[in-house]
Amino acid sequence: MSAALSAGGEAAAAPDAAPFNPVLLLLVVAGIAGAASLYPLTRAPNRLLAGQPVPWSAVIEGGRALVMLPALILVGGIAFPRRRGIQFLVAAAAALLAAALLWLAGDAALRLADPAAPAARISFGGAFWVLEAVFALAAADALQRSGMSPAARLALGALLAVPLLLVLFSGAADSLSILKEYANRRDVFANALTRHIEIVGGTLVPTLLIGIPLGIAAFRRPALRGPLFSVLNVIQTIPSIALFGLLIAPLSGLVALLPALGSIGLSGIGVTPAIIALTLYALLPIARSTAAGLEQVPAAAIDAATGMGMTRGQVFRRVEAPLAFPVLVAGLRVTLVQTIGMTAVAALIGAGGLGALIFQGLAASAIDLVLLGVVPLVALAIAADVLLKLAVSMLGRNRA
Amino acid sequence: MSGTMNAGARRGIGLLADPLILSGLVLAGLVFGMPLLKPVFAALFPGLDRPLYEQDSFLNLTIAHVVLVGASSAISLVIGVLAGVFVTRRAGREFRPLVETIVATGQTFPPVAVLAVAVPLLGFGAAPALIALAIYGLLPITEAVVAGIESVPVGVREAARGIGMSARGRLLHVELPLAAPVALAGVRTSVIINIGTAAIASTVGAKTLGLPIIVGLSGFNTAYVLQGALVVGALAVFTDLAFERLGRRLDRWKRDSA
Repeated sequence: MSAALSAGGEAAAAPDAAPFNPVLLLLVVAGIAGAASLYPLTRAPNRLLAGQPVPWSAVIEGGRALVMLPALILVGGIAFPRRRGIQFLVAAAAALLAAALLWLAGDAALRLADPAAPAARISFGGAFWVLEAVFALAAADALQRSGMSPAARLALGALLAVPLLLVLFSGAADSLSILKEYANRRDVFANALTRHIEIVGGTLVPTLLIGIPLGIAAFRRPALRGPLFSVLNVIQTIPSIALFGLLIAPLSGLVALLPALGSIGLSGIGVTPAIIALTLYALLPIARSTAAGLEQVPAAAIDAATGMGMTRGQVFRRVEAPLAFPVLVAGLRVTLVQTIGMTAVAALIGAGGLGALIFQGLAASAIDLVLLGVVPLVALAIAADVLLKLAVSMLGRNRA
Repeated sequence: MSGTMNAGARRGIGLLADPLILSGLVLAGLVFGMPLLKPVFAALFPGLDRPLYEQDSFLNLTIAHVVLVGASSAISLVIGVLAGVFVTRRAGREFRPLVETIVATGQTFPPVAVLAVAVPLLGFGAAPALIALAIYGLLPITEAVVAGIESVPVGVREAARGIGMSARGRLLHVELPLAAPVALAGVRTSVIINIGTAAIASTVGAKTLGLPIIVGLSGFNTAYVLQGALVVGALAVFTDLAFERLGRRLDRWKRDSA
């Protein structure tokens, strides 16, 4: 046991550390309280009306509660705050529980469906959201306690989403309201998602083409730095909806003056102003990380390269650029996450994307339509964040 | 006579060269003087019957916007400081990695998403906007309070302990004052994000400066959009500059008292 403990990679085990896991204890108590005080599902006559609660008894009838057995591992895990093997067990149990709860909800929706009321909708209730959040946090806490490297934690964390995704794509959850909303709008959803990704991609290209040279210029000419970053900082400060709005009038004016610009796709509303505004926002993190990346290149490395007889251009290509690259990728992560989120706001100026589903849903009080936009939006942002964090930590390791 | 006028004029120009004062004047001019600009908007947008947003005064909208952001930021600040202090104490140390995960992951959530999911839980109006803004604003503040307390040099902590200060005294008179400049940067980020999110909150029924923008966008009235965008943009820039000035003051005060 003590050998396991010392080999267990526990991080900073202070001598007065708690003999149990207070975080997991709190999460288990919160989960039990949430499950007991809220309902797992709601049932509404149609997609716009508010639902009536569906009790747990209807969800877990006929021994279905057995799928929640991994919860015992979560409870047991409280007593082992630092054993590495137990942490992996707790993380796996939390991932299975998250999937099992979705399966329970989907199964209940299928059984409760009434052929006489085809418009009736069964949606997630408060207890569902509380428990899913508890499972996600329990898994995150366990991964942190395992003492793995941040990159390994991220990779394993992504793997833990697999059971949930399997249930989702198996069709077991298809009777739930949000997936019915998806089935009814499959084409609209696919178009919105594609458009969203197109706008983000369309923003990234000009951002990199302009932002990287700006960053290099700011690094080479310190006199340029202050004014450049002041201007970019003011742009970042302006709320996205205001910048979108401010561009409408000048762009429409420009098209009215020069109709040829309109024929190549420029207009006051739609995708073009969205990409222009998003690019203006994205320039700051990219230019700043380019300059910061070049700045942290050790002078000794440049001296050595120059001493070897490299030209100025060779030093830049072979020494400065590769050494600055990981910092640029870190800036790219900030840019990408920010752009994915702000693209949702661009739906207000007719650019489409996932934001269009959200705002249509809000306007019609159709909550499941809102969720159909929000859930993939958050998933995209988190996926971009995790992927680029992984890239940064791998680049860092190659360098070391 | 002409000499004093020149001096006065120079001082006036000197004040205008201060971006904080300039942006404040622009903001005040837009908030109070928008009706005076009606002929300008009428000339710019000859096709519009109503070139000026008059359903509500820009003063009222600005006050509502500032109240919403101020109230939500106050809630974020109180909870953020408490959370930041808790996870840097011995009793809360175990919770720190989890809080850091929540803060980091939460900030990848788009503000629109947080706003949109508050609606099913709380209905339409100012309440979901207030709660969503407070929760979202909490994340950068908590992060900055933790970073600020961490930035207090170990030597300073030891010295405070050495002269017999209690844990409470060390927190109130050493750690928090020294953490203030870093924490302020988090408050600045939080407030600026919330000014923008509050504008979008008019889509869920909150009365803010986003209202002329949303009404203008849905009614094809570009003048309304421009008016709302100008005022909310000026408000954000002025607030950001004010925080920058406050931060510099705090730094200077910290240096002087050190």
